[in-house]
Amino acid sequence: MKEKSLRPWLLLSPSLTAVFLLLVVPVCFVVVYSFWLRAPSGQDIPAFQLGNYAKFFADFFYPSIMLSTIRVAIETVFLCLVMGYIPAYFFYKTESKLKPFLMILVMLPFWISFIIRTLSWINILGDSGLINHVLMKMGFIHEPLAMLYNEGAVIMGLLQYLLPFMILNIYVSLDGIDKSLTEAAKSLGCTEWQAFKEITLPLSLPGVSAGCLLVFVLTCGTYLPPMILGGPGNEMIANLIFKRIIGTLDWPFGSAISTILMILLVIIVYTYNRYMGIGQIFKALSTD
Amino acid sequence: MANDLGERLDNVYESYKEGKISRRDFVKYLGISGAALGLVGGPFGMIRQAMAAKSIRFDGWGGTVSEAFRKYAFKPFTDATGIKVIDGEFGNADSYLTRVKASYPPGGEYNLAHLSGVFDYKRYVDLGFDVVLDEDKIPNLKTVMPAIMKPYRAITNGKLSAVPYDYGLTTIAYNSKFISDDKAKKMGAALLWDKDLKGKLGSWTDWRTNIWYASLKTGQNPNDIKDIKAVWSALKEQRGLIKKYWGSGAEQMSLLANEEVYASIVWSGRVKTLQNQGHTHLKLLIPENAFSWQECIFVMKGTDLSAAHKLLNYMLAPECAFAIASGQSYPPSLDPRKVTVPGAVAGLPGFDATGTLNGYLFADPGYWNTHQLDWAEKWDRIMAGR
Repeated sequence: MKEKSLRPWLLLSPSLTAVFLLLVVPVCFVVVYSFWLRAPSGQDIPAFQLGNYAKFFADFFYPSIMLSTIRVAIETVFLCLVMGYIPAYFFYKTESKLKPFLMILVMLPFWISFIIRTLSWINILGDSGLINHVLMKMGFIHEPLAMLYNEGAVIMGLLQYLLPFMILNIYVSLDGIDKSLTEAAKSLGCTEWQAFKEITLPLSLPGVSAGCLLVFVLTCGTYLPPMILGGPGNEMIANLIFKRIIGTLDWPFGSAISTILMILLVIIVYTYNRYMGIGQIFKALSTD
Repeated sequence: MANDLGERLDNVYESYKEGKISRRDFVKYLGISGAALGLVGGPFGMIRQAMAAKSIRFDGWGGTVSEAFRKYAFKPFTDATGIKVIDGEFGNADSYLTRVKASYPPGGEYNLAHLSGVFDYKRYVDLGFDVVLDEDKIPNLKTVMPAIMKPYRAITNGKLSAVPYDYGLTTIAYNSKFISDDKAKKMGAALLWDKDLKGKLGSWTDWRTNIWYASLKTGQNPNDIKDIKAVWSALKEQRGLIKKYWGSGAEQMSLLANEEVYASIVWSGRVKTLQNQGHTHLKLLIPENAFSWQECIFVMKGTDLSAAHKLLNYMLAPECAFAIASGQSYPPSLDPRKVTVPGAVAGLPGFDATGTLNGYLFADPGYWNTHQLDWAEKWDRIMAGR
């Protein structure tokens, strides 16, 4: 009996060890560092003080970057949801033999480096990029449109990175819905739209919320799109952490900002788990 | 090390194919090799060092600069001495210092690095990563300009933990298709504040460079700024005109080559590279007191000094130094009064034929490093528009 109860733990032990050493221990280091001090030469001085946290909240500059990060994350979630639901619904409804191929197309961007994918937008959105070039050649515009190095370009970069996560989450949720339910609704007089609104949409909400959570969390921690595609003023909290840790070698303050971001995200994930259940995300990811 | 491992794997594979070892043993060996490779790439770099006695690690800026080092220094050096140079790269000096600081023991995995001087030299010394080089074992050091060595010696009590290797300018480039030469010359540093170029100006994310040029714009000595408020005000004004603060040499070149910006803060060598690639309409503007810098090959604490001395001496040999200078488009630290400089090198941007560096204004490391934390944070706010 005892041997039986130990077996799952034994099987899990490699993964748990890896998670402990590669995730829990580094996070603990970050938290410990956040209480330390930085010497003028860049050395770290072990201490226990809350000065780094006080500095973050005492100056609106840092919370303002956090707020703008959250705003961009919400915008990205909304756009991913709108743009992701339609293809996910199509995959659910279609009987086409091409469905597996189309699903692969959704995951295709993962096969290309994220940096390369982000950089490629410069050749599309830039002043001499594809869109401006075509529009100017066709005479629609005479001056290039400013599509790069602004918040729109950052969100575009985030969308191409995160959209597959949203589509897959929604699709998994939709795929679990018994299609006979909508057929029954229609046989009882519902229109196609009513059947969708009253049955399919509510039943797909766990997937929608899982996708939203995943996209939100990943956006909050993203670093590359604002750096490559953003202009002055488009930096997000991860860029600020980078600057504090790399630029000024201020590991204690950078760690404090990281800890604050982590606490915020833990609260969001905890709230989600309490009301929706975190299992939906794992269900979606397991089909990846 | 990687090649040694590759050879061993080949041998094991041969043994397996010939039936000398079982499939189980072959797979076991592969697993052990994979784990070993993972370990030496991480915090256990000291193991790698211990195993690879005849190798030395060199970290540089990547791109055309690293290509020049590989081609003209490391490969011939390895052929001549048998000492392998493990060639690493970094995107910027700050991220490299973070890596050095995070290594265990701090600095332990790293040997030589191509650093910006002199402020980076001072930062590394302040953090205790320095060594004392035996200058007698680097005879080619005698051909280096004394003026370029002086600031390093001042920091380390007359000794050196690095050899100065090249110098250059962080200055202004403009696209002559859109900005006339007369206008550029007349405006000087103020070109970066030209309202006619709104949305077509670029700059670097670096706090030091931006404050430097804002001090020129406000008529101040960059190494002794009296009115910092005027500098912040100028930078705030400029921010509204800037299209992009670039973060790497590649990004800087892309912005100029694609005409995303018509004028920008640039690294002189990168513009020379663009000119060599056919972008002849891109021109350098070197205003008075432009930001001059020098780079050094810094030797990290814990390095095998015997191998380091040999490599440094090899790299300072005129034929090697000139080849690298042409490759990376930055003049070498060699004194033109002591060595004959080829025409191609003498034509590089910022080359000083006198060997005295008189008239070049370098950042005072004590002054700038003291202000780093406050000014870098303030600069971040301005850049973010807050």
